[in-house]
Amino acid sequence: MNPTNRTVVVTGIGATTPLGGDSATTWEGLLAGRSGVKPLEGERFAELPVRIAAPVAVDPADVLPRPLLRKLDRSAQLALIAAREAWADAGFTAKAGEDTSVSPERLGTVVASGIGGVTTLLDQYDVLREKGARRVSPHTVPMLMPNSPSANVGLEVNAQAGVHTPVSACASGAEAIGYAYEMIRSGRADVVVAGGTEAAIHPLPVAAFASMMAMSKNNDEPTTASRPYDKARDGFVLGEGAGIVILESAEHAARRGARVYCEVLGQGLSADSHHIAQPEPTGRGIAAALQNLLDTTDLKPAEVVHLNAHATSTPQGDAAEIKALRKVLGDDLDHVAVSATKSMTGHLLGGAGGIETVATVLALHHRTAPPTINVDDLDEDIDADIVRDEPRALPEGSIAAINNSFGFGGHNVVLALRTV
Amino acid sequence: MAATEKEILEGLAEIVNEIAGIPTEDVQLDKSFTDDLDVDSLSMVEVVVAAEERFDVKIPDEDVKGLKTVGDAADYILKHQA
Repeated sequence: MNPTNRTVVVTGIGATTPLGGDSATTWEGLLAGRSGVKPLEGERFAELPVRIAAPVAVDPADVLPRPLLRKLDRSAQLALIAAREAWADAGFTAKAGEDTSVSPERLGTVVASGIGGVTTLLDQYDVLREKGARRVSPHTVPMLMPNSPSANVGLEVNAQAGVHTPVSACASGAEAIGYAYEMIRSGRADVVVAGGTEAAIHPLPVAAFASMMAMSKNNDEPTTASRPYDKARDGFVLGEGAGIVILESAEHAARRGARVYCEVLGQGLSADSHHIAQPEPTGRGIAAALQNLLDTTDLKPAEVVHLNAHATSTPQGDAAEIKALRKVLGDDLDHVAVSATKSMTGHLLGGAGGIETVATVLALHHRTAPPTINVDDLDEDIDADIVRDEPRALPEGSIAAINNSFGFGGHNVVLALRTV
Repeated sequence: MAATEKEILEGLAEIVNEIAGIPTEDVQLDKSFTDDLDVDSLSMVEVVVAAEERFDVKIPDEDVKGLKTVGDAADYILKHQA
């Protein structure tokens, strides 16, 4: 068997998001066009310029036992919940080795977060100041390190082929899935648990993003604050959650008789090298990533019928993305149903690539593109077919979809999936 | 007023329950923290800090290594409590 250039498929999905505690309720929420954005209650948020966010619909404290909650940062808690769902969804009944259909030495995890254990870091600093050094939790370091979600998911499933954490701000989750794809394609692993997680709804990150003028200040109307492509968009809304997929070599999946959602065709990567946080206005870097995807995979523009856009609801970023798509896909963009699911989930930063890959997998599986909500007045700069308000059916036959993720630092990651 | 051995065992049982999720009735004097009660070296630090507060006792880091069982900890607290 040629160990390289193997076909990679998706065999499991899991999510916990502002719309639901698992991938099924999240998908229902997306199709219903439901917003997960809420006011941030409590004194500690009262004086902030931004007082809205999209918290997870199901609190991890309702799902995980207390001893585990003490040892895991919220970002790792969310990753673990989504990973458990995805692992079971892929048909595994126990950790690798105990379930003999997957060997620990051939199993990896690549779970990313954009910021890592920021709430642990800040909360423990409060403990240090208020109660002294002796009271700082001995779990602080393993909780706050950004590789903690990947490592804890790895412990859960007994992954021994490699446990990795690529970090690229809001592209982290997508980069993780791309890395997992390469692990399987190159023969390093047969199965990889991959995705992204984030839990940064805390006054400091909120104040910091607000200082960058990156967030919507539409505090009075939370559910319409995230409005990609609308003329009145004024920034992103911070969300939290995790999305995980099980990637597997097609041979391995066939051998154990696994259900296959779709194929992962590959990834396109580039960097803007323009500004540390501003999008490059012409979409040059995004176009380069899309071109890289077309150059390195057998994806044909004619087969792309759906795009889960990065579209965070910032004035510059949404427009630059569409410009890049038009530049690379040309007239083929006209048959692409574009969905901006951040209009409902908010922006999960490093978790975005995870939950949006789950959404893209389900869009192909159900042949339905979820809607983009809150586009009351479409910006004339947006020259693409935006799926608005209602879900839309996707064509029969072999179809492909793209999931875009971009991050502060100028990271561009595009993933391509195709029905099997 | 100093705690009795029975009160110390009850207190340790509540602490171990809170930190490791072990039922309080399973926390007995002959049980090993690491082998029987799912308290790893990091969680042991939490147990020690919680015990120090509850029983008004100081347990220096160099003494923690000697506390293998719940009985070891109970004896230590009984002898050293203020």
